[in-house]
Amino acid sequence: MKNMTNAQKNKLIDNAFKVFGIACTFFGLIILAILIFNIVEVGLSRIDWDFIKDLPSRRAQKAGIYTALMGTVWILFLTAIIAFPIGVGAGIYLEEYGKKTKWASLLEINIANLAGVPSIIYGLLGLEIFVRIFGLGGSLLAGSLTLSLLILPIIIVSTREALKAVPSSIKDASVALGASKWQTIWNQTLPASIGGVLTGVILAISRAIGETAPLIVVGALAYVPFAPSSPMDEFTVMPIQIFNWVSRPQHEFAVNAAAAIIILLLFTFMMNGVAVYYRNKWQKKIKW
Amino acid sequence: MTGSEELIKEKKTIIEARNVNVFYGHFQALKDINIIMKENTVTAFIGPSGCGKSTFLRCFNRMNDYIEQFHIKGEILIDQKKIYWKSVAVEELRKEVGMVFQKPNPFPKSIFENVAYGLKIHGVKDKNFIEERVVKSLKDVALWDEVKDDLKKSALALSGGQQQRLCIARTLAVEPKIILMDEPTSALDPISTAKIEELLFDLKQKYTIVIVTHNMQQAARISDKTAFFYMGDLVEYDDTKTIFTNPKQEKTQNYITGRFG
Repeated sequence: MKNMTNAQKNKLIDNAFKVFGIACTFFGLIILAILIFNIVEVGLSRIDWDFIKDLPSRRAQKAGIYTALMGTVWILFLTAIIAFPIGVGAGIYLEEYGKKTKWASLLEINIANLAGVPSIIYGLLGLEIFVRIFGLGGSLLAGSLTLSLLILPIIIVSTREALKAVPSSIKDASVALGASKWQTIWNQTLPASIGGVLTGVILAISRAIGETAPLIVVGALAYVPFAPSSPMDEFTVMPIQIFNWVSRPQHEFAVNAAAAIIILLLFTFMMNGVAVYYRNKWQKKIKW
Repeated sequence: MTGSEELIKEKKTIIEARNVNVFYGHFQALKDINIIMKENTVTAFIGPSGCGKSTFLRCFNRMNDYIEQFHIKGEILIDQKKIYWKSVAVEELRKEVGMVFQKPNPFPKSIFENVAYGLKIHGVKDKNFIEERVVKSLKDVALWDEVKDDLKKSALALSGGQQQRLCIARTLAVEPKIILMDEPTSALDPISTAKIEELLFDLKQKYTIVIVTHNMQQAARISDKTAFFYMGDLVEYDDTKTIFTNPKQEKTQNYITGRFG
C-alpha cells in the first residue's frame, strides 16, 4: 500500500466497492433463486389441470386449489375496484386540491405512517368494522374492504408521486388557457401520469393478493367446499390454502403447498411484469 | 415618431391598474402601481430580477392566485371590468388574457391537439371550426409551412423556437384580446428570437401585448411603451423611445445603460 500512488489507491478502493456491490446484489438474487428452485423441484410435477380445477380435499392427492384460486381472483377484482377509485381520488385531492396547511401535513404524515402499520392490525380493524358493525360476516366483500384499507396508503402515496412528476409548466399552460382545475387534471395531469399511477395500483394489488394475516382475522376459512359465486360468499385465498397445507404433517400436502406457491408466484410475477411494462412504455413515451 | 405616439394616446384603454399593492405574506412585491395600457400596443416591462415585473404581469390573468400567501390590494381593470371582483370567472378572464411562458411548454400531445386544446376546453365541438382555427393560428405564427405535414406528430419533437411559436399559436386559437409574455425568448437562440420578435409586430395589429424582458435591445426594438420596475416600484413608464433616449429618472438611466441590474 505504501508505495502506491494516490490514483492507484483510489482505483483499488473503487474496485473493492464494485466487488462488494456485486456481492450484495447476488446475495439477494441467489437466495431467491435457491428458494424458487427448491419449490419448483418439489411442486412442479404436482401441477396439472386437475390440481387447478379440483376442490379441496382431505386426501392430498385429490386436493386442488380451485376454491382458493377463485377466492384470490375475486379478492383481486373486488379490491381493485374498491381501492383504485378511492386511492387515486384521495391522491388527486391531496396533491392538486389540498391546501398546504398544518392540517394537510398532519394528514400526509399519517398516510405515510399507515403504509407501515402491520397488516394484522388492519385485519382487526376489518373484523370490527366490516365483519361486525357492517354485518358483512366472513365474506369476500369484508375481506376486500379490509385489504383495500391496507393498500390505500400505498396507492395514495404512489399516485401523488406520479402526479408530482408532471411538470408544473404543463399545468400552468392549461390553466392559462382558461381550463378549470378539473379540466387540467383530466386532460393534462392524469394522462401524463397515468403510467405511474397504474404502476402503483398494480404493485399495491399484487401485495394485497399475497396477504394472509388480515384475511385470517376477518374470517377467511381454511376449508371452503365451494368456489364463491358472489361478493357475500365465504372464501379462502391462495396464501391461506398454502399456510393450511404447510401446517399438515403429511409430505404430500407439502408438495401441494409448493405447487400452490408456484402458481401464486406466477400470479404476482405476472402482475409486477405488467406494472414494469407500463412504466417503461410510459417513460419512453414522455421525455420532458 | 410623434405621429404614432399621438395615435397611441387616442387608442382605447384596455388595461388599467389603480394603486396595486401585492404581498407575499409580509413581503411587499409591488408598491402602489398605477398604469394605463392602450389597445393594440406592445408594452415592455423591464427591470432587474426580483423587481416585481413578472408578478405584475401575472396579476392580469390572475396566475398568482395559486401562490400561497399571495394577496393583492387595489384594482386592476381589463376592458373597464375589475378582474379581482368576486364574481369574476377566472376561466373567462383567461380566455381574454392569454399567456406565453418563459420556457416553451407544449403539451405532450400532437401539434394539432396543442392548438385545439383551448377551444375544446371552452366547449367548442364543431370539428371544421376547430380545424380552421388551428390552421389559422399556425399560419399567424408562421409555423404552418413547417408543420403542415406533421400535425399529428408530437409537439415535443419540435425545436425550442418552433415550440414557443406553437405555444403562441395555442394562445391565439382562443382569440384573446391581450397576450401576456413572460420573457418568451430568453430560452431561445437568436434566430428563433428574431422570428418571434417579427411575429410581435404582426400580432400587435389584432392584440394587445405585454411583455416582460431582460433584454434591453429587445424592449427597445419591439415595444411602444416601456415600464421600468425597481424593487416593487414602477419607477418610470413612458414611450419606449423616451425611456431609452431621454429617461426622466436617474435609476432608469443607470439601468438601461447597464450600470446596475
